[in-house]
Amino acid sequence: MPEHAPAVHLRDEYETTGLGDADTGDVARRLSPWERFSNLNSVRKLTILVSLVVVWELYTRFGGISEYLLPTFSDTGAALFTALWGEHLLYMIWNSVKILLAGYVIGIGIATVLTTLAVATRFGSDLLSTLTAMLNPLPAIALLPMAMLWFGLGADAIVFTLLHSVVWPVALNMHTGFMGVSETQRMVGRNYGLRGIRYVVKLLIPAAFPSILTGMKIGWAYAWRTLIAAELVFGGAVVDTEGTGEGGLGWFIFANQMDLQIPFVFAGLFTVILVGITVENVVFRNLELRTVGRWGMQTI
Amino acid sequence: MAEATRAAAGPAPAAAPTPILDVDGVTLQYKTKEHLITATYRVGFQVYPSDRFVLLGPSGCGKSTLLKGVAGYMKPVEGEMRLKGRGISEPGPDRVMVFQEFDQLLPWKTVRQNITFALINGGRCATGAEADDIARQYIRKVKLDRFEDTYPHMLSGGMKQRVAIARGMAMEPDVLLMDEPFAALDALTRRQMQEELLQLWEDTHFTVLFVTHSIEEACIVGSRILVLSPHPGQVKAELNAHHLGHEDVGGEPFSALQKRIHDMLFADRILEEEAAPHA
Repeated sequence: MPEHAPAVHLRDEYETTGLGDADTGDVARRLSPWERFSNLNSVRKLTILVSLVVVWELYTRFGGISEYLLPTFSDTGAALFTALWGEHLLYMIWNSVKILLAGYVIGIGIATVLTTLAVATRFGSDLLSTLTAMLNPLPAIALLPMAMLWFGLGADAIVFTLLHSVVWPVALNMHTGFMGVSETQRMVGRNYGLRGIRYVVKLLIPAAFPSILTGMKIGWAYAWRTLIAAELVFGGAVVDTEGTGEGGLGWFIFANQMDLQIPFVFAGLFTVILVGITVENVVFRNLELRTVGRWGMQTI
Repeated sequence: MAEATRAAAGPAPAAAPTPILDVDGVTLQYKTKEHLITATYRVGFQVYPSDRFVLLGPSGCGKSTLLKGVAGYMKPVEGEMRLKGRGISEPGPDRVMVFQEFDQLLPWKTVRQNITFALINGGRCATGAEADDIARQYIRKVKLDRFEDTYPHMLSGGMKQRVAIARGMAMEPDVLLMDEPFAALDALTRRQMQEELLQLWEDTHFTVLFVTHSIEEACIVGSRILVLSPHPGQVKAELNAHHLGHEDVGGEPFSALQKRIHDMLFADRILEEEAAPHA
């Protein structure tokens, strides 16, 4: 309609030819070595660690601090070395880890049974939510005195305490995970004939694995803290009656503090941290990479 | 009114002697927090072997609910659904469902494992090797050979739906149930997937019950179309579309059918609006 001015500004059409021949430069250019280097998580974190160690060493060496209050980093390092090769520290680590693993594995088992019951029946669901709400806020270590009366002064009492610190966080997260499995995936599972325990094992558990893994990590962290605390407070009493005469990591710290071997106390603390880091960053990290990361269920 | 429309559609053309799926006067209800919803009211239809049977209707006509009923996820409050003469009571591998959602693939299994998982748990294969063979064969059919060992999160939406279709077909169910399988795809991919589905159907002539709200898709994919009216879903018409495919889009018969269905659904809306003040 020529009498109306067009509402749009009319322009000539055109097509481009020979796009393939154009020199567009690099489509993907590799980052500079420095950029790639500083993109490594490990590099950046290591830098922080090294700085902390340097500050510690300088402060204790030149700050006039009593070695009974805060030993130098080098003394601590030397003590750690001596303890590892001369004082059975490795064996003591193993003592601690052994008890921990026992409590952890049994705890996950109990949590799995509880959670399976909770998804299968309304009673199970009520039971789990009530128990979790009630017992999760109770610090596991508070149960140790009673556990020692019930199970005697031995590893059993510690394992019982550890169970308490593992079961609730794992069950809670597992249940959340199960509840969050998409309706579509549930229907797919039932479509292919999965029922009952096979439905839980083959569908719900893998589908809820990100949450389960979170629960396992929290459970492990709680258990590790509880274990060291138990060994520290009741250290001598609990572990020496085992007849090993060695005790665990907590006992190592406790005994060295009594002897005023402060660098060894720090070496013990260091070991607690190292074991913690190893499990977090090596064991769980690899588990994550191989499962939820690989499956694209969680960005790692 | 309903009778008149049925008569106008004419008698069904010569069909195989026994229907594979018989839905007879089915009323389906489900509960929300506050309401009991009647999704379909006395819906009946028969699916014959090799049908590409489409359930078509606007949202709220209960077509997806109906499909869930056939799949065995819901029990009708009235009427009966029979597959090969047996009443449907629970989900089973003889009726495999392909969903709209991309997360129907199990993310912890590769493309091939997703199919073998179905084959083994669905009881179609006893050994892993046998399942592997069948899985490979169907992966080739949907042209995903190169992605056999890929995890689903690396695939595009269209590829995920292809895997889901391959998984469904590999089970060789009595009827393949498809719940708006292409609705979440972009228009170009959707068209391509419709073509591929028809090609696959040319191969083996499997029976498929297909839910869609797109009139065009119904006309392209379907050989027979059940038009449902909304709130609650009731059968409005059963139409033939076996003679129409992609190449007919825009042509006279295609447009005529499309318009006919459109008017049917549209007329419904006008009636509803007229009825509203009296209600």
